[in-house]
Amino acid sequence: MSYASSLYFTGTEVGLSIAGLVLLLVSAWGGARTARLVTILTAAALFGAAIFCANLFGLASGEIAGRAFGDLYRADAFGSFAKILIYVAAAAILMVTPRYFAHTATYRPEYPVLMLFNAVGMGMMVSATDLMTLYIGLEMSSLSSYVLASFLKQDTRSSEAGLKYFVLGALASGIILYGVSLIYGFTGSTNYEGIRAAFAMQFSTGALIGVVFVLAGMAFKVSAVPFHMWTPDVYEGAPTPVTAFFATAPKVAAMAMLVRMAMDPFAGEVGAWRQIVIFAALASIVVGALGAIGQQNLKRLLAYSSINNVGFMLIGLAAATPAGVAGVMTYLAIYVAMTIGSFTALLMLRDRAGNQLETFADISGLSTSRPTLAWCLLALMFSLAGIPPLFGFWGKFVVFQAAVQADMIALAAIGIAASVIGAFYYIKFIKVMFFDEPTREVEMESPVGHWVVLGVCVALVSPLGYFLTIPLGEWSARAASVFALAM
Amino acid sequence: MDFPILSIMLAVPLAAAIACLFLGAQTARMVALGATLFNLALGVLLWANYDIGGAQWQFVERAEIFAGFSYALGIDGIALMLIMLSVFLMPICILASWDAITKRVGEYMAAFLLMEVLMIGVFAAQDMFLFYIFFEAGLIPMYLIIGVWGGDNRIYASYKFFLYTLLGSVLMLIAMMWMVNEAGTTDIPTLLNYDFSPAAQTWLWLAFFASFAVKMPMWPVHTWLPDAHVQAPTAGSVILAGVLLKLGGYGFIRFSLPMFPEASAQFAWLVFALSMVAVVYTSLVALVQDDMKKLIAYSSVAHMAIVTAGLFAFNVQGIEGAMMVMLGHGLVSGALFLCVGIIYDRLHTREISRYGGLSINMPKYALFFLLFTMASVGLPGTSNFVGEFLALAGIYKVSTLVTLVCTTGIILGAAYMLYLYRRVAFGPQVNEDAARMLDLNPREWAMLAPIAAAVLWMGVYPESFLAPMRQDIATLEARLARAAPEGDSKLKVGTPKEHAANFVEAAHGEEGAH
Repeated sequence: MSYASSLYFTGTEVGLSIAGLVLLLVSAWGGARTARLVTILTAAALFGAAIFCANLFGLASGEIAGRAFGDLYRADAFGSFAKILIYVAAAAILMVTPRYFAHTATYRPEYPVLMLFNAVGMGMMVSATDLMTLYIGLEMSSLSSYVLASFLKQDTRSSEAGLKYFVLGALASGIILYGVSLIYGFTGSTNYEGIRAAFAMQFSTGALIGVVFVLAGMAFKVSAVPFHMWTPDVYEGAPTPVTAFFATAPKVAAMAMLVRMAMDPFAGEVGAWRQIVIFAALASIVVGALGAIGQQNLKRLLAYSSINNVGFMLIGLAAATPAGVAGVMTYLAIYVAMTIGSFTALLMLRDRAGNQLETFADISGLSTSRPTLAWCLLALMFSLAGIPPLFGFWGKFVVFQAAVQADMIALAAIGIAASVIGAFYYIKFIKVMFFDEPTREVEMESPVGHWVVLGVCVALVSPLGYFLTIPLGEWSARAASVFALAM
Repeated sequence: MDFPILSIMLAVPLAAAIACLFLGAQTARMVALGATLFNLALGVLLWANYDIGGAQWQFVERAEIFAGFSYALGIDGIALMLIMLSVFLMPICILASWDAITKRVGEYMAAFLLMEVLMIGVFAAQDMFLFYIFFEAGLIPMYLIIGVWGGDNRIYASYKFFLYTLLGSVLMLIAMMWMVNEAGTTDIPTLLNYDFSPAAQTWLWLAFFASFAVKMPMWPVHTWLPDAHVQAPTAGSVILAGVLLKLGGYGFIRFSLPMFPEASAQFAWLVFALSMVAVVYTSLVALVQDDMKKLIAYSSVAHMAIVTAGLFAFNVQGIEGAMMVMLGHGLVSGALFLCVGIIYDRLHTREISRYGGLSINMPKYALFFLLFTMASVGLPGTSNFVGEFLALAGIYKVSTLVTLVCTTGIILGAAYMLYLYRRVAFGPQVNEDAARMLDLNPREWAMLAPIAAAVLWMGVYPESFLAPMRQDIATLEARLARAAPEGDSKLKVGTPKEHAANFVEAAHGEEGAH
């Protein structure tokens, strides 16, 4: 394993780190006026990284392929799939970000740079095959997230969100670290393969506790119930583009990290973690649905919606089969499109003075004042609710099918029945937009960039998305095939 | 036939629906009417080219463009009849909304055209998951139709409609996934002949029942229907009663009965019990309604109960009768909702007591209303008589008690319908504004006359409608034969007499000539 191939496989992380450092210097010397330039360059770097990953994804990924630095890191099909999603999501959100801050003149070039470092950390999270590498990636991503959450430092809600996120995130990191130390103590290895080999020989109670701690910490990162409490507060308080970011890229990274952890080092001990995942899945679906019902703030509502969606993804993971993992990856791809679309639409909602609108009362009667936007939101909401023929249905379809194929009928039946509760607040969203009378004057024009992002997302979740089922299925299956070898 | 007629029947209204979203009110109306009439023409073409007694599945199309399921269309006689019902009612619905809908016309027409796509899709789908997608997608336009253009309490009604039917059908999806996993195919014709183990059938049947019973709707999960009907605009009620309720019955015929014969036999008593309760209970409820639409909605539940009982009779008469009731009820209840809509447009109330003596100032209207009332009661010569008679004859082979109870439904039906008619059309003209209402205009003629013609055609010469379905129902009966319950009436077929019953012997004839 040459040094060159190691560098090649970690190309996205290395490249993005260099880009981040250079842009940091640019912003330090250039000041606030370089914000636009830095944003464009960051988006370009992220797109470049995504293309690089697509290239890696296309290469055959055998047993050895993609391993870098003595198996600390693996750039396999699974990692590449997740990274493409992460980079594209981050770049798409950068496209709709600056306008949000323009109103208060608080946009600074550090914002895209933080996003870039965050992307580096997320890339490491999904590709790490060693607990130490994983932890470094996790912290790198988390620390930049804390800063992003409190980016509007004059706004108390934003500062509060950042602080809450930091305190609880640090706690979760501590829990993961404690679990990691236990696992290391009982197996004598931090490498995924080493851990699996050691577990295969003996799986002691202490190691089980370690596994539980690690999973608990990761449940915090993906905001699965019962570790979800931070999500509504942080999502509501953080600036809307940052919330959009939190709901997509870091969610993909954390979910991919969790899947890799469960399916690689812990793959031999499915019985040990499956019940935890099942509980978290069902609890997330139910709590995510019930919690959203009384909400008036749309960002808070979407926070609960993301908890709800995580529950469905975990159902795919609970199946613990390659089909289940493929289901999770398909779900993630569709989820990212739905979430970016919803938040972009939310960003386009402003009153005449340019203030953001973010409560139910604000969007009432939107279908008469801004019909196109309302129809886009309608498609997105029905898609999130999983009603066919919108594409969100397909995400639920594949995870439930994986659960049924794994003979977990009861889980699938309870999960899908609970999804009806969630449908209630999505259709409330539509009710407010379409059935109620308009109460507010809204801004009539939106910039082209927002329309492009929204248009792409809506096209993906519309029935046209079904034409993607064959390629998406192939890509997900290829990503999941990484674990077929391990099982 | 290489011409993909079913796909075109889906594509035409879909394209028109998208166009309507961008058009002004009057253009959208014209486009919608044009598209639905074109689809009706295609439907007639479909029926004309349907080869009675030919292959079981005709006009088959298949394209592997999706992962996990395929775009497979094809129809048998049962589906053909239901597609005909849909395309027949659709232009009438557009006409019914011509003047009644004034706000957001383009979106309204788009929603209706989308409904048409989805309904044809449900009946034509030959792939399990494609069926599910069409079946479930119907919630979206219907939710909007009730919620945006409905009455005062429309929001409650739209929520109830949406959540009730969604909860019913999600479990069916899990059952479908299990079946596909077990049988290894999503192809409905293949699954129709796949034998699932009886133990599994029980669970699968219950999952499908949850969905179809809500759609049907069967007592006690019928409560969404009166709310949805009352709040929906007239055309919405017509589509709801005319076609959407048939989805449940179609589901029983297409899935529950042939795929799970043993479980169907096992649960036949449940269906009978619920149907008996429904017939008597909802008829009595209909008797005391003050709201015309509610009355007709409850009568729909009662009629649908005869359909379910007929289906689970496991014999040709029962199933043919159930299909005929479905077709007849689709026309008649649709027409009754139109009749209500016509006077609602003039007076803006559905309260029965606000009307009275309409036969004096609206004689033509009263005539049509009378015809449809009689058809709803099941008068011989109208469509419902054929269906109800056949269905009850089929049920009689299985259970005398169920027949007895279901027949009361017809008596009660006569009671509430005639009572309604007396209060609306006869008697003194108590309200001046009701007495001043004008008779039918040409648009309303164009809506009611075709339905009246179809109702009489179906009542006088039902063979046209039974012939395409005969072979498919015979196949279904053959499939069910192994699980068919033994009847309690122990009918014995005697040796046929030599002569017809009205034969008079020659010798007697000579004597009689004296």
